[in-house]
Formats: sequence, structure tokens, C-alpha cells
Amino acid sequence: MTILLAVVLGALFGFVLQRVGATDSKVIRGMLTLKDLRLAKTILFAIGVSSFALFSGMQLGLIDAGHMSVKSAYYGVLIGGLLLGLGWAIAGYCPGTGVAALGEGKRDAVVYVLGGLFGALIYTLVYEKIADTWLFEKIAGGKVTLAGSEKYASLISDISPILIAGVFAAAFVVLAALLPRRVAA
Amino acid sequence: MQSYWSWFGGGLALACCFLLAVTLVKPIGVSTQFVIADGVIWSLFDSELLQSSQDNKHGIASSNAYLNKSGGKYAAAIENPINYGFIFVLAMIGGAFLGSRFCKSESGAKVETLSSCALTQRPASQRYAMAFIGGAIVLFGARLAGGCTSGHMMSGMMQTSLSGYLFALAAFAAAVPTAILLYGREEQSI
Repeated sequence: MTILLAVVLGALFGFVLQRVGATDSKVIRGMLTLKDLRLAKTILFAIGVSSFALFSGMQLGLIDAGHMSVKSAYYGVLIGGLLLGLGWAIAGYCPGTGVAALGEGKRDAVVYVLGGLFGALIYTLVYEKIADTWLFEKIAGGKVTLAGSEKYASLISDISPILIAGVFAAAFVVLAALLPRRVAA
Repeated sequence: MQSYWSWFGGGLALACCFLLAVTLVKPIGVSTQFVIADGVIWSLFDSELLQSSQDNKHGIASSNAYLNKSGGKYAAAIENPINYGFIFVLAMIGGAFLGSRFCKSESGAKVETLSSCALTQRPASQRYAMAFIGGAIVLFGARLAGGCTSGHMMSGMMQTSLSGYLFALAAFAAAVPTAILLYGREEQSI
């Protein structure tokens, strides 16, 4: 059953990534050079809507809070994020969009995925050397959220999670709507 | 140029993907599966890489410290690649293929050639080198961070997780100046 879900949800995700232009390195370039922000608007809007729906669903008991899976915050998240950003700008793909672009048959995506496999292998080999360093020191307790839920502590306060999540979701949606698509040079 | 969905419709569709995944199974993530794919290939050449283990929560141990961590979670996924996370990413390839059949380029031409997917106006050999080096840096960074744009940025910020916000800030802080430096002067031809 979960395998069937993997096929359906994975195919849907790949399909949508392609249809919003996230697998097009020119669209990525437009966003990262701040010349064409349509993909930024799409992403911000998607985060806002899905976040509000998730916390509403949990509030109403429609979504099992046990399905949440929050990643830990540690210094490596910042360093790794900087590296990912650097590579993202150089290659034009992030891991998900690179895989999807491979499905489109783009030849540069084939090379990208091979590069990605190489980078992941290097990390797998060096992990043992860096595992006990400051890179993995937690920030603010690690697995924390801003809104809080049954499963995770809130960084802000114990007031209603839907209220906090709602404010952030609204901010994302407003930002998505207000950002101009094209920015004059 | 291709006809992509608007930010409103596309954003709703993308939101549905992330919401459906967390409702039915768990939040979407991609970059872990590069490690699993490496492990599957590696285990073909090294029979010592994986061993069954009673001590590990997932029943499989690995001679590699990274694959052995979290109770052998990655080791177990390599032993049995027919699992949710790995199949999800393989299915993305098929989904994107279908997506590309629906889109027409304005000139009516097929869109999958290198020139039309080129990030930059540099020669093809340079473009391929950038794709490989960029890919290696992205996946090294994603593994150090414990997730990528899907897992940390989208799924993470959806759940309002601190790590998602930190990751997104760091990723854009590096990506925007790099992109402006590399492509800022090239003609934008979207």
C-alpha cells in the first residue's frame, strides 16, 4: 500500500514540479538573479497554503500530528544550506528538480544527478570524521517548531498553534501576492 | 519558452502535493535517496558493506558510519530499495516525463535539447562541468544539512520548523549572490 502511495505521490510531485517550471534551469536562474520571481511567488504561496491547511487539519483532527516529521536545527544546517545554495546557482537544479529534469530527458540533468551521486558519496565517506564536531551542535534544542503541535515544542509560546501557523501562512500568501513577477533591471 | 502554470494555480498544486504526502504518509524529502542509490551501487561491489544485525533498530548494520547511523535506517533502505522514500523519487522521474508531454514550447519545438534547457550561454562542455560540480556541491550540502529544498525548505517551513527557516535563509543567502555573479550580465531570455 505504501509503495502504491509512493508511486502516485511521487509521480504527482514530479508532474507538478515540471508544470510550475521548477525543472527549468532558466526559470531558476530568473529567480536567483531576482529578474523573474514567478517561481518564488509559486513557492511562497505553496508553503503558506499547505502550512495553513496542515495546522487546520490537525486542529480539526483530520490530519494525524504523528505524521509530522521535523528535522533538527544544528550548525550544519546553515553550512549545508550555504553549500546547497552555491551549487544550486551553479547547476540550476536542487535535488528534487534535478531528478524531475532527468525525467524530462534533459541531458544536463543526467550529468547533474551523476554529480549529486558523487557528492552524496563523498559525504557518506567523510561523515565519520565530522560526526563529533561543532557542526552537529543543536540550535535552540534542535527539533523545534514555531507553531508547536502535539509532537513538537513551540519556540514562541503555548498559545494556539493554528494562530501562530496562521499568521506565518498569511505572511507567505501576502508576500506571494505582492511580489512583482518581473523586476525592472 | 514553455507555458507553465501561474503562481496561483501552480502554488495550489504544489501545496496539494506536500499536504497529501504529510496527510497520507510523511513529509516529502528527496536528497536522502541519493545516498540510498549510492549504497545500492556500492553494495554490488562490496559484500561487506551491509550485515544483518540484532542490535540495530532496523535490523541491518553497515561498515560505513553514515549508513549505520539512526539504527541502520539507511542500511536497511539500501538492503531493500523497494521502500516508500526510494520509490517516491523514482516515480518523480516518471511524473516529470508526463508533465513535459503536456507542455508545448511556443515555437512548437521539442524542449529537451541542451540548448533550450541551458542555464547559461556558455559552451556545452562548460555547462556540463557546471552541472556536475554544482550537483556534487548541492548533494554534499544537503546531506550535511540533513535535507534539501523539498525536505527542509518546503516540508520544513510548512511545519513551521526552525531548521526549515534557517536552511532557507542560508540557501538563498548563497544562491542569489552566486547567481548574480555568474549570470547577472547574461541576457535573460525566459
